[in-house]
Amino acid sequence: MGYPHKPHPRETVVLSEHFGAAEARSLDGWKTRGGYQALQQALGMEPTAIQQVVKDSGLRGRGGAGFPTGLKWSFMKLGDGKPHYLCCNADESEPGTFKDREIMRWTPHALIEGCAIGAYAIGAEDCYIYIRGEFTEPLEVMERACAEARAAGVTGPNAMGSGKTVNVWVHKGAGAYICGEETALMNSLEGKRGNPRIKPPFPAVAGLFGMPTTINNVETLAAVPHILNKGAEWYKKLSRPDNPKSTGTKLWSVCGNITRPGNYEVQMGFPFGEFLQDLCGGAPNGRKIKAVIPGGSSVPIITWEEAESALMDYEGMVAANTMLGSAGCIVIDDAQSMPKVIARLARFYAHESCAQCTQCREGTAWTTKILERIVAGDGTAEDFDTLLSIADNMTGKTICVLSDSCATPVVSGLQRWKHEFEALITRTTIHAVPALVG
Amino acid sequence: MSHGPSASGGAALKGGHHGSGDPHVPVFTGETRTKLDDLVTRYPNKQAALLPALWMLQDARGWVSEEGMAEVAQMLDLTPAYVQGVVTFYTMYHQHPVGKYFIQVCTTSPCGVCGAEDVVKAFLDKTGCGELGVTSPDGKFTVIEVECLGACGFATPVMVNADFLESVTPETVPDVLKRYG
Repeated sequence: MGYPHKPHPRETVVLSEHFGAAEARSLDGWKTRGGYQALQQALGMEPTAIQQVVKDSGLRGRGGAGFPTGLKWSFMKLGDGKPHYLCCNADESEPGTFKDREIMRWTPHALIEGCAIGAYAIGAEDCYIYIRGEFTEPLEVMERACAEARAAGVTGPNAMGSGKTVNVWVHKGAGAYICGEETALMNSLEGKRGNPRIKPPFPAVAGLFGMPTTINNVETLAAVPHILNKGAEWYKKLSRPDNPKSTGTKLWSVCGNITRPGNYEVQMGFPFGEFLQDLCGGAPNGRKIKAVIPGGSSVPIITWEEAESALMDYEGMVAANTMLGSAGCIVIDDAQSMPKVIARLARFYAHESCAQCTQCREGTAWTTKILERIVAGDGTAEDFDTLLSIADNMTGKTICVLSDSCATPVVSGLQRWKHEFEALITRTTIHAVPALVG
Repeated sequence: MSHGPSASGGAALKGGHHGSGDPHVPVFTGETRTKLDDLVTRYPNKQAALLPALWMLQDARGWVSEEGMAEVAQMLDLTPAYVQGVVTFYTMYHQHPVGKYFIQVCTTSPCGVCGAEDVVKAFLDKTGCGELGVTSPDGKFTVIEVECLGACGFATPVMVNADFLESVTPETVPDVLKRYG
């Protein structure tokens, strides 16, 4: 086990500073690196004061939606007499994304500290870290760290001698992409099938066990101790001067056809073209980057030309016709067939649909069938319209966005690489004509 | 939600079609029972311990049988039908016995563009399984394709039971299998 590469000089290493250092995994090792000072400080503050610091920092959700974290926390009605809950979403399953895995493997106490601060700030005594079942090593590391923190009185009743109760528990999933959707995650935690729930009610009103709940991503919570230690102003400055809406550092998981795959941490607004070429080494074996999916498989696929001039923050990615999402960056080089890549993505969504909404259950399956037929050389010219019509019926019409996520790569892919689909279909059509005549 | 214990549910499930032939020996006794009782206290109700309890069952028996589900149901005051409904939602619970070594190869697009299909072929070939989901004649291996394992930068990630392997290539497949010989 080892971290794949040393940080590049142009990275801004905050969350990933101790990746690869096995000693940082223990409670003592974490404390000697400044760990749990932020929790100690937080437990002496008013919850609303912590919310304000996080609001001021500009921290936004790192799971994909980019919702302001401090604002989300302020939706929790303090003193309402109900039990509150914090869920940490560690169901990292978005194709292309593997950043939370490294946070949990290398710095488990950073996450526990963030969870404990977050729980206290929203008036919760219990935080559940929901980790996907396939992450056997992160599960083991996190369980050991949680037990260690609890045994040392860092968490639990009377956390750090504060008289306050903050429990941090690990909960193991059992294989379902959809459980990364916040309401599905809550159902799964309650011992149910992981079907997403209709909103409203929103989790802050009626979430886990019907009680006010906040769900935050691993990376979001792991950033919180740093913000409390170094201040909101420090965090805000980690951005490009002309865009105060995206602040801090972001972990980017880079994979696919890239010379140096791995996790990179850069300041918001970093130039994407330089990032992919200089830090990640570009496409391997002298090939060229053809397409990039910057934010996990659910965001629009863009061309190298669009990616090259993009800036790596929430707004910069929107300006480049895509989204930052989870920053799970999939690189596709010119040796790959786009129809094949997109068909395989569609198959992923068809497999992972929870099947409660018709548009998603049927739409993901039809999309996959048609795309695989095209790839197999049996497509027809009508397939384009059919695919786009299905995609339209899958967008904005279901309980959650899994359906939309399947339509996104299809529509963005067809817009940019229609010629690759046409080449497959033309071949078929020519092949099919004699049969029709005959 | 409330699912009261069912008097007849357990009996109705006896003699399932997928049984291994061996009678079900209760899992939740001694230390395992204590572990479950302790786990239940983390949640405001027993039902929330269902996924962890099913993991305990599978860890002990290698798969989740109908009799095992009935036992879990009884422990958590649920009906066996409810438990089965939950089990069938999740891909990681085995609803029938699998090979001694259960091999899951990630083939989702990020690994797909790095050659994961060839890794699958190598596993099918070298284990003697021949086909996905079919257990090898010696009962040792079952190979399946799995959706994104969340380690895309380490293509191709492969799980062998609970072992999580990174950067597996067709060339390294024989070495991997030697470890599980």
